[in-house]
Amino acid sequence: MELLKCVNLSKQFGKKTVLNNVNLTIPRGKIIGLLGKNGTGKSTLIKLMNDLLTPTEGEVLINGQKVGVESKKVIAYLPERTYLDKSMTVDSVVKFFAKFYSDFDTEKAYKLLNDLDLDVNQKLTKMSKGMQEKVQLVLVMSRKAELYILDEPLGGVDPATRDYILDTILSNFADGASVIISTHLISDIERILDEVIFINKGEIVLTGATEELRGREGESIDEIFRRMFKC
Amino acid sequence: MNFIFDNNTPIYLQLVKQLKIHIVSGKLKPGERLPSVRDLSLELKVNPNTLQKSLFELEEMGLIFTERTNGKFVTGDSQLIEKYRKEYAHLLCQDFVLSMQELGFSKDETIHYLENGGN
Repeated sequence: MELLKCVNLSKQFGKKTVLNNVNLTIPRGKIIGLLGKNGTGKSTLIKLMNDLLTPTEGEVLINGQKVGVESKKVIAYLPERTYLDKSMTVDSVVKFFAKFYSDFDTEKAYKLLNDLDLDVNQKLTKMSKGMQEKVQLVLVMSRKAELYILDEPLGGVDPATRDYILDTILSNFADGASVIISTHLISDIERILDEVIFINKGEIVLTGATEELRGREGESIDEIFRRMFKC
Repeated sequence: MNFIFDNNTPIYLQLVKQLKIHIVSGKLKPGERLPSVRDLSLELKVNPNTLQKSLFELEEMGLIFTERTNGKFVTGDSQLIEKYRKEYAHLLCQDFVLSMQELGFSKDETIHYLENGGN
């Protein structure tokens, strides 16, 4: 059974259609790039996958079941903006997550925090934006999930940290799990992607295996994207 | 290992080529154990499934083999390695000769050019 399936999924905010009849299947064991310009519906799609928005039409199925409490147990979600209480210390956030998610690996979280030189006794308010993003990523990657959905994990961090974040993602996602990464920084990540989904104006305009696309077009995914979405 | 990739062509083909060069040049020794797919994909910063595909191809060529519980190893068959080394050298020469022809050098001129160290 497919890990995730979107069936005739549409979302409107008032009169504005943000997603229009999206049909998608996400298989297991793949790293998938959700690529689109700003304001094309990436985050809305991701929020629907996480049951944080209600579809206007259609549905999202995880392991064949409609999204809900059960799907949240198997999806680790990195939001675009943090929802953590910033007055908490890193240590208390880790404990909070450990209580909340049964698949959370506390030992791994402390190890990753240590690798990233993050002080567990520091409050989030005292940390830079980049550091807060790293903490959030550690929390997400310390879960043994079936699907990791990362909304713009590379936004707002320098290129060296980007490499580190990609390493952290690659070395920590659970065996057999899939990862969806939304981004517009394509050249930085295309080498680690199995498949890409191009989204534009709320519609899926292209899906495919990255290696096949490269072979067929003789271009990088970044170039294909630039060509298709030239302003 | 540190490979430089070009995002314009399939990564797995580039991986096959680079790993082959590492084997025929002896940077990876006959019988040497390769890092796990996970570790190697991290080191090279490529997708593990892509690397897996490349390793499968190298295995088909006989340049590496899998020992079920131990991982993957470079072949100990030095004749086979030598065969691929010659094949690669042949390819490089062909490319070189063709490029020289494009520049207007005859075969003799090209040989002369090589013998004199590019003078």
